[in-house]
Amino acid sequence: MQAKDIAELLNEPACAHNKKEKSGCARPKPGATAGGCSFDGAQIALLPIADVAHIVHGPIACAGSSWDNRGTRSSGPTLYRIGMTTDLTEQDVIMGRGEKRLFHAIKQAVDSYSPKAVFVYNTCVPALTGDDIGAVCKAAAEKTGVPVVPVDCAGFYGTKNLGNRIAGEAMFKYVVGTGEPLPVPDELQRPGITVHDVNLIGEYNIAGEFWNVAPLFDELGLRILCTLSGDARFHEVQTMHRAEASMVVCAKALLNIARKLQTDHKVPFFEGSFYGVTDTSNAFRDFAKLLNDPSLTERTEAMIAREEAKINAELEPWRERLRGKRVLLYTGGVKSWSIVSALQDLGMEVVATGTSKSTEEDKARIREIMGEKTKMITDGSPKALLGVVKEYEADILIAGGRNMYTALKARIPFLDINQEREFGYEGYSGMVELARQLALTIQSPVWPGVRKPAPWAKSSLPGIELGA
Amino acid sequence: MAEILKRNKALAVNPLKASQPVGASLAFLGINKAIPMLHGSQGCTAFGKVYFVRHFREPIPLQTTAMDQVSTVMNADENVIEGLRAVCEKSKPAMIGLPTTGLSETQGTDIKRLVKDFYTKYPEYAHVAVVPVNTPDFTGCLESGYALAVKATLETVLAKNGPLPGGEGTNVGSNVGRRKKQVNVLAGSFLTPGDVEHIKELIEAFGLRPLVLPDIGDSLDGHLTEMESLPLTVGGTPVSDIASMGESIATLVLGNSLFDAADFLKAQTQVPDYRFDCLMGLEAVDSFVSALADISGKPVPEKIERQRAQLQDAMVDAHFMLGFARVAVAADADLLYGMSRLVTEMGCEVVAAVAPARAHILESVLAEQVGIGDLEDLENSARSRGAQLVISNSHAVETARRLGVPLLRAGFPQYDLLGGYQRLWVGYRGTRQSLFDLANLLVEHGYIEPEPYVSIYAQRTGNAEHFPHPDPPQEGEGANARSNFERVSRATPASGQTH
Repeated sequence: MQAKDIAELLNEPACAHNKKEKSGCARPKPGATAGGCSFDGAQIALLPIADVAHIVHGPIACAGSSWDNRGTRSSGPTLYRIGMTTDLTEQDVIMGRGEKRLFHAIKQAVDSYSPKAVFVYNTCVPALTGDDIGAVCKAAAEKTGVPVVPVDCAGFYGTKNLGNRIAGEAMFKYVVGTGEPLPVPDELQRPGITVHDVNLIGEYNIAGEFWNVAPLFDELGLRILCTLSGDARFHEVQTMHRAEASMVVCAKALLNIARKLQTDHKVPFFEGSFYGVTDTSNAFRDFAKLLNDPSLTERTEAMIAREEAKINAELEPWRERLRGKRVLLYTGGVKSWSIVSALQDLGMEVVATGTSKSTEEDKARIREIMGEKTKMITDGSPKALLGVVKEYEADILIAGGRNMYTALKARIPFLDINQEREFGYEGYSGMVELARQLALTIQSPVWPGVRKPAPWAKSSLPGIELGA
Repeated sequence: MAEILKRNKALAVNPLKASQPVGASLAFLGINKAIPMLHGSQGCTAFGKVYFVRHFREPIPLQTTAMDQVSTVMNADENVIEGLRAVCEKSKPAMIGLPTTGLSETQGTDIKRLVKDFYTKYPEYAHVAVVPVNTPDFTGCLESGYALAVKATLETVLAKNGPLPGGEGTNVGSNVGRRKKQVNVLAGSFLTPGDVEHIKELIEAFGLRPLVLPDIGDSLDGHLTEMESLPLTVGGTPVSDIASMGESIATLVLGNSLFDAADFLKAQTQVPDYRFDCLMGLEAVDSFVSALADISGKPVPEKIERQRAQLQDAMVDAHFMLGFARVAVAADADLLYGMSRLVTEMGCEVVAAVAPARAHILESVLAEQVGIGDLEDLENSARSRGAQLVISNSHAVETARRLGVPLLRAGFPQYDLLGGYQRLWVGYRGTRQSLFDLANLLVEHGYIEPEPYVSIYAQRTGNAEHFPHPDPPQEGEGANARSNFERVSRATPASGQTH
């Protein structure tokens, strides 16, 4: 990939961060960086497409330590969970056999697994040695008759976020618009309901959580042409350009594809989330608004009223357990929004939140939603986080998986909110799971056990003493 | 306090209970150069032998007085006396355990008198300790039979000296503490050989010398020996050691079922005792280790402190999986109580608890109700209360399968698992491993995730068969998935391919 292509990807006009003086995302700082590379980001964004053979072209480091470790679920094919890599050897690198190996690898994948398509992820070593993966993919597609999509995402191109965009770009360039959706069959038409086609972008179906929400789309007559990329199929991605509206779910990572669908194919989009009762309802309202269908608006409101009443009743016992509990939320990103609203729905108090990746507008919204008292955390180091937990007497830390052991080692209840988590929290019914997991950790009897000093110890109480 | 539900049906289905003579035999198998001889018909012994051979994967010395039709009706005294003589003559044991069975008890045997008669008739075997114990099959269970045998052993070996002068509460003539480092351990039937080994290590770590009765950690731990075959136990508590229990500085009593035996030991010897209902879970082990520090007057060794810290870390890691988990346990009372404490300490709920027979400790089990019953009772109550995991012996494999939940094997018998007999459950280390295993079973069995949902509008074809699929859908993709609009969705899968 050329420097100008990378620069273009870094410039994302639809992203709020773009307005600050520095254009696009910050460059990583050597010695002070956590988080993945572009390959990681691209793979994460596309891997959930279930009927595709995902081949990582590179030595073992890239696929070897990352394959099959995401909680994304498929309702059908499981091909996406089969790890494939060219596993380049020293000989391949020295003798320049990488391209040849890749070509045969693609053929082998097609022969053994009959995928609907093959995605080839480029990595640092072949990018350096100059393998022309675009040409190999083209030749392999001709040879095998199966679409082969190059995703040029070598790690050194930049951050995980850039990788997400590269993935979006590859889909837009090679896949979107290459297929047409079938018309809705007559037997699925219901009187008074016009079926609208929509896209969900950036929804990954972690732990199957989107299945909490999917039936409601069917009920309202919203046909999801494609979810990019949770539980998606290759041919669904091909038809995304025919949608009437897109929703960018909960993350800015794939914003570029939404923007390009809007400019090139006139598909309007909005940003929303399915976390929390309020946000879930708003997401459906926004669809109705964008689609401009009065019947849909009416049915949406009725559905929301019904679901909210139902879930409120189910949440009542959990609210009693959780009311007034104090939360330190450290997601470092945009997801905070949805989670804050979900926590407030449960009667919990968010006493501090991470803002290291938030824009000025985000910060203004934090003050608006959570009040002026809320502590904004920019330093996400374990020591700083624990300091805030103590200072603000938080009952729980909610953060990404890599902060889990920061909390646990300090004997503090914790909830994982990232991609690797094991539980689905989306939609109305996902709230019950969220409440359950919160209560499970906050009220676990292990905390008094592990905070109590040994009976023979004279002093030195370990851990942080927390508010009730 | 748990409500105890009495047995309320005529038929026991999938029994949980093993009989008292089997339990008594187990206790005697923990004594060195010993052999249990069941006073009953051949079958009483044969079944017990198979039971232990399959569980321990060891040859098990076990004899029978072989009551037949004639001796059952007329008189079986000769069977006992001649049986004892034959065993003494042939095997030269240090101890013969002599549990009765349902048959001999119903017949009305006076087992204690028979032992006296034996010594009178064969004074040359006066050095062999014969321990008679009344263990009818029709009361109690393995645990109570074991406890009765431990008590009977103490009575037989220690009573020779008679109670100490001065009576209870005084130290006149007492030998307590003559062996400054010796600590008695009365080890309950819920302990495996691996547990007993670990307990000895813990005690030794404080510079004390454990005297474990019975020591199945030494006899049934599964080790190859020089002797290729022996009709007696190899390893276990030496009978001579039992006689010196009055000279120890303290007694550790492990298991509520042994408290009765402990009462006798204390009254007989004045040795102060420390009693523990359970040795699983942080709190229980803490009090055990504190007692050792107390007895030895030494600080807790760093190695044990580290094990404690490791357990705490495991508790924190495992609480995500174990919190709110619904557990069903079926086991003898002490084990049932210990398990209920272990899992409750982690935030689990014991939704079904079944014990085979009454015991004092059952009221303290951390569950709403404890049923006296069988594995069918466990299955029914586990099903109706939505248990996610079963803890019981190998007989519960089918129970768990029918419930569709994983099983953690614990207690007797474990015939389908290598090394089950040796597994460490107690102490910080054992507790930690149990937490990992419980959590892994729950994870492996899957969290309750939303069921796959396929949209009614999905334009998907049955393409799952194109590649190896661990669990191929039967008809088209998503055949197993739920759909709100099932009627229409069946007709849905479109045939068109769009590329």
